[in-house]
Amino acid sequence: MFNSKSKTQFYLKIYYMKGLKIIVLAKQVPDTRNVGKDAMTEAGTVNRAALPAIFNPEDLNALEQALRIKEQVPGTEITMLTMGPGRASEILREGMFRGADGGVLLTDRAFAGADTLATSYALSCAIRSIGEFDLIIGGRQAIDGDTAQVGPQVAEKLGIPQITYAEEVVKIDERTITVKRRLEHGTEVVAGAMPLLITVNGSAAPCRPRNAKRVMKFKNAATPSERTANPKLAEVAEGRPYLDIKEWGVANITCEAEQLGMSGSPTKVKNVMNIVFQAKESKVLGDTDNEINDLMQELISNHTIG
Amino acid sequence: MANYYNDTPELKFHLNNPLMRRIVELKERNFADAKEYDYAPTDFEDAMDNYNRVMEIVGEICAETIAPNAEGVDHEGPVCENNRVRYASGTVENLDITRKAGLMGMSMPRRFGGLNLPTVPYIMAADMVSSADAGFENLWGLQDCAETLYEFGNEDQRQRFISRVCNGETMSMDLTEPDAGSDLQSVMLKATYSEKDNCWYLNGVKRFITNGDADIHLVLARSEEGTHDGRGLSMFIYDKRNGGVNVRRIENKLGIKGSPTCEIVYKNAKAELCGERKLGLIKYVMALMNSARLGIAVQSAGISQAAYNEALAYANDRKQFGKSIIEFSAVSEMLVTMKAKLDAARAIIYETARYVDIYKSLDDISKERKLTPEERAEGKKYSKMADALTPLSKGLGSEFANQNAYDCIQVHGGSGFMKDYTCERLYRDARITSIYEGTTQLQVVAATRYVTTGFYLEMIRNLEAETASVKAELQPLRNILINITNEYEETVKEVVEKESTEYIELHARRMVEMAGYTIMSYLLLRDANNCNLFDKSVEVFVKFTRAQNAQRAAFIKNSNLDEINLYKA
Repeated sequence: MFNSKSKTQFYLKIYYMKGLKIIVLAKQVPDTRNVGKDAMTEAGTVNRAALPAIFNPEDLNALEQALRIKEQVPGTEITMLTMGPGRASEILREGMFRGADGGVLLTDRAFAGADTLATSYALSCAIRSIGEFDLIIGGRQAIDGDTAQVGPQVAEKLGIPQITYAEEVVKIDERTITVKRRLEHGTEVVAGAMPLLITVNGSAAPCRPRNAKRVMKFKNAATPSERTANPKLAEVAEGRPYLDIKEWGVANITCEAEQLGMSGSPTKVKNVMNIVFQAKESKVLGDTDNEINDLMQELISNHTIG
Repeated sequence: MANYYNDTPELKFHLNNPLMRRIVELKERNFADAKEYDYAPTDFEDAMDNYNRVMEIVGEICAETIAPNAEGVDHEGPVCENNRVRYASGTVENLDITRKAGLMGMSMPRRFGGLNLPTVPYIMAADMVSSADAGFENLWGLQDCAETLYEFGNEDQRQRFISRVCNGETMSMDLTEPDAGSDLQSVMLKATYSEKDNCWYLNGVKRFITNGDADIHLVLARSEEGTHDGRGLSMFIYDKRNGGVNVRRIENKLGIKGSPTCEIVYKNAKAELCGERKLGLIKYVMALMNSARLGIAVQSAGISQAAYNEALAYANDRKQFGKSIIEFSAVSEMLVTMKAKLDAARAIIYETARYVDIYKSLDDISKERKLTPEERAEGKKYSKMADALTPLSKGLGSEFANQNAYDCIQVHGGSGFMKDYTCERLYRDARITSIYEGTTQLQVVAATRYVTTGFYLEMIRNLEAETASVKAELQPLRNILINITNEYEETVKEVVEKESTEYIELHARRMVEMAGYTIMSYLLLRDANNCNLFDKSVEVFVKFTRAQNAQRAAFIKNSNLDEINLYKA
């Protein structure tokens, strides 16, 4: 149904369905794809000042999947949600230029220093404040942390099912969504009941470009802080509610302070090392029962599994 | 991330020309659209910011999608299947992304779904697209046809068709036939009016039609039975949804292979008249020809830019005799000259586009209200200057593109002759630019009258006055240009005094080139006075002009009426 190869089907709109409410999780990340010498600080953390801030690539893949659903199910509304410093509103505008309807920036000093646990806690609290939703779609992982933990943890905290490593939404109806997942050696098609969370793999369709008209329309979309800093933005926004980007701090969501930021983050960086993977020896195993049995024994005995 | 706009500061310079203030004022009619459309600008700065942002989108798409697809499109090409055109897969992707980015019908008014962009940013987008893939620029650039529909169609036709173009449907301009190429008066495609069905039917064959399987066609056809010249031709709109037109074959071309050049057969194809009968060629095609020529001029600039980029990168990269070949003066002179020709061509092309913007906007306004006498005079002035500069932009710009593509291969040496590098495609793609939409020879014909009436000389003298107070370091160049102008004036006088049309024709190209190079030099001088991006190019190009013009002046000086026969084949 969403396969771009079958064009006639792609343009079939599902008018009998009510519009969906989709939340797209996105993160502004340092562009680690073109790193220079000063990409890391002495302390071993990412030197954010030296790297341009970009829309996390797999979150763009996620946005594209949301936009395709919106194209097919009229009345669908896409809200982007991001947590980060004030300038992370840039990616909300980027999302709006591509078709998202609006955005929420979660920003507060209290959120700073969050690991994946505290981040997913803050995001899940913000999602409860946004209200009802049918789908949450995010990228598989961010290129600065590479954990792939935030999406799944958000789903757990909200108590909803999740489909990870999604490559393509193949079918959607009022209750369920069917998704093709990209696995290491193949694909798998699974269905889940909505509301549900999906994390999208980088192998999914790339995001569409910014649209000229939408750029002209939303270029002055701003958060209250941005309007305070630049009164012209406030002036332009008068009578244009679509230019409002929500900016929420701790006070705007229902949460427990100790689960946020540093205090909510059990992860501590002890040491950072450069590691070069070297495979010195390798074994090729056949698919006989004996050989598989031997491998299992070996993996259990050296505690790789079990 | 690569971006053809942000990586080419010369484009931004041309977008920010002082004349843009007047252009935006006319195009936006006191920003009245802002009340009705949420994407319309509210003031000049807002409009310019919009243009800048749209150029960034185009620049990104060119770098990220169109350029990487170019080689595949060139190899795969379009195919004719069951009388329809199937584009190369890369072309399909390019069209899809430009549609999604909202880059179709860019110059059309907002009430049809367009972006209401002036000509300057629109052709700047074409400049970049052509740099990425000149063949795709042909397809994408056919949105130009909407301009003709807008100018000459009625409001109902505008509503029905232009909105479709803004939504991404493609167009074609069906003019030429097997026996009607440069000579369009010989068009034979027959248009017959049916009283019974209250519509026109088209029958016949069109040849060399770019994108011949387009969604919406503008067609030149003979509506007046028994006529044989241009006065019997009318313009029609054919909608593919009605059927009746088949693609017989796709030409196998030297270059721009991604753009399907078709032979199409009209068999009782239902069509509607666009504008008035009998004005098809003598008014409508003549009007669209100039904008089509500007389109090819800017396509040439795009190819020139790509050729320069490729040559520069290779010359830096390639090492021989222990150093990069760019360090050899024979190579670096080629590069510097390529850049100067590119900058000079852009100077005249964007100047022409600005003139077009002013007179076309005034023309459009005149349909809404009566122009003031000042506005009428302004429109007339810019219209004449645009008409005079267009054949120079197209004629000389396309020749420069060919020279740059040639030099690009030369810089690559033996590798350039192999199919492994982009330069071979650029060389093939450039070749058409000095042929279609009027060969260079026909551009010379169109330009000659401005030589003989002294209009170019007047323009040059105006530029001389305008540049009187350029900064001190540019004054010596201006002095050279004054001498060059005197030489041009004398040379033209010598030819015209012979009072022989044939003698003028014999030397027309030489005189047109002298005028063109001089105008480009002055425009570049003016640009260099405002921006240090052109410091080198202006000096190189003025010296190039001096040498080129001296050669032509010498040729003419030593010529006489007897030579008319010498050059008869």
